[in-house]
Amino acid sequence: MKIAIASGKGGTGKTTLSTNLAAYISENKNVVLCDLDVEEPNSGLFIKGELIHKEDKFKMVPKWEQDKCTLCGLCQEACNFNAIIKLDTQIMVFPELCHSCYACSELCPTSALPMIPEKMGELSHFQLGKISFVESRLDVGREQAVPLISQTIEYVEKHIIDNTIELYDSPPGTSCPVIEATKDADFVILITEPTPFGFHDVKLAIETMKKLGKEFGVVVNRYGIGNDDVVTYCKDNEIPVLAKIPNDRFIAELYSRGELIYPKVPEVKQQLKNICDYILKLKEAKGV
Amino acid sequence: MKEIVVISGKGGTGKTSITASFAYLGGKDVVVADCDVDAADMHLLLQPDFAKSEDFYSGEIAEINQNDCIKCGKCKDVCRFNAVSIINQQYIINSLNCEGCGYCARVCPTNAITMEEQNVGQLHISNTKVGNTMVHARLGIGADNSGKLVAKVKNEAKQIAEKNNKDFIIIDGSPGVGCPVVSSLSGADFVVLVTEPTVSGLHDLKRVYKLVKKFKIEAGCIINKSDLNTQVFIEIKEFLKKENIVYIAGVPYDETFTKAMTVGQTIVEYGESNLKDIITESWEKIKQIID
Repeated sequence: MKIAIASGKGGTGKTTLSTNLAAYISENKNVVLCDLDVEEPNSGLFIKGELIHKEDKFKMVPKWEQDKCTLCGLCQEACNFNAIIKLDTQIMVFPELCHSCYACSELCPTSALPMIPEKMGELSHFQLGKISFVESRLDVGREQAVPLISQTIEYVEKHIIDNTIELYDSPPGTSCPVIEATKDADFVILITEPTPFGFHDVKLAIETMKKLGKEFGVVVNRYGIGNDDVVTYCKDNEIPVLAKIPNDRFIAELYSRGELIYPKVPEVKQQLKNICDYILKLKEAKGV
Repeated sequence: MKEIVVISGKGGTGKTSITASFAYLGGKDVVVADCDVDAADMHLLLQPDFAKSEDFYSGEIAEINQNDCIKCGKCKDVCRFNAVSIINQQYIINSLNCEGCGYCARVCPTNAITMEEQNVGQLHISNTKVGNTMVHARLGIGADNSGKLVAKVKNEAKQIAEKNNKDFIIIDGSPGVGCPVVSSLSGADFVVLVTEPTVSGLHDLKRVYKLVKKFKIEAGCIINKSDLNTQVFIEIKEFLKKENIVYIAGVPYDETFTKAMTVGQTIVEYGESNLKDIITESWEKIKQIID
């Protein structure tokens, strides 16, 4: 069963929830934790396992072969992303703009634009007890997160045995990287904080999940600060609130040191249990 | 005219609250640009009037006209994004998967595929409660091309600032190191990095600064929740020293930060607090540095 943990607003506790939930579930069951926030992956600061596999990840981009090129300009015309420009005597390729659609390469009448792999980041696979932890990091300077996210999900699907709970720590926002990270999920947990920013952004995230046709629930982090708008909104719209994690400076301190929270805060452990019970019930009902 | 970009790498470090405070302090000398178009929140503090709004179009999505489709399957063969599926014997585009490359439309023998331009959001030009002009946007749900919308917001702000002889453009950037951040950084005069003394805060600061370095922009750093973890605080300061990043200020852990936001105010408007002085001094310091 695939569960994505997403948020809209950044810094609301996606990584805290993902890592603590993974560790909590792993006390009894195999679990996969996958960090898809490839621009700023943080789960690995909290879950440190034994490295069992590492690989470079590539995206395919065209490479101009001057001797074969007739400068017909079809490549430039075929590219919808301005990633390829024909000048008087040469073709210029801008890999950061390329979406790897292959149109220029395959439509080139003289095969002068073969697609070659270009490194965009690295994937690492760790094992810690019953947790399989997979993370990818985008090389700084590479702009597109989406291809790395989709390749990371592919890796997990290929290497993880069926019938495991898979937790996907997703990137913040509501645009393409989040869609990529959540579109195949069986269930999405939206974590937010009860502040005007948190409320505003979780409404966007809810709208996104509705548009994707996803089943989802909300976790309120730093509960007790701000106001009741988030909880009231969820109640009015019949959105399940799976857990409320208390606002507590001690939790922030544990987090700041890279420590898991629930072993030291019984209330958080109880909240994780609530989430876990909800997930397991859902898993049984869905048969995934 | 100087362009100041506020970014953080990690989300939720207080970037928007601090940027909005600078906007408040800068008043009429400042044009504000909210480039965190994915989760734009600054309007909740600056209360813009949405004086002028326009739709923003970017990117295309394929559409198959079923009357002209001869079901040859060429579109499905060339698509690298799994965006063409066969449902009830009809070839259908899954718009969430479609990247808008147009390859399918190009190879379709009966021209049954058209590329439809996408309305991906709205751009707003507003007056804020402080009297500054604010350019902000709202990216449509799940839309692509936020980098382009960021560029548009910035350019619009720049033009307004130039036309009206404003001293500063203050830009609220987005989290991460990807295309929206790259877009916010290009052309900036000074970067304010807002971080926090947590292992994630430091980790993300290092990554985003790698990006800033590529642009060769001078940078300063504000450490929010500075007393949360002394050890990491010291590590951040060492990193700043090593990289020649100006240490602007440390803002102690204080729930006033959230309380101000809860009533829709910037920190510098909200009652008397230690935070107010620190943020005000930070703004003065930044102005001095870039002068």
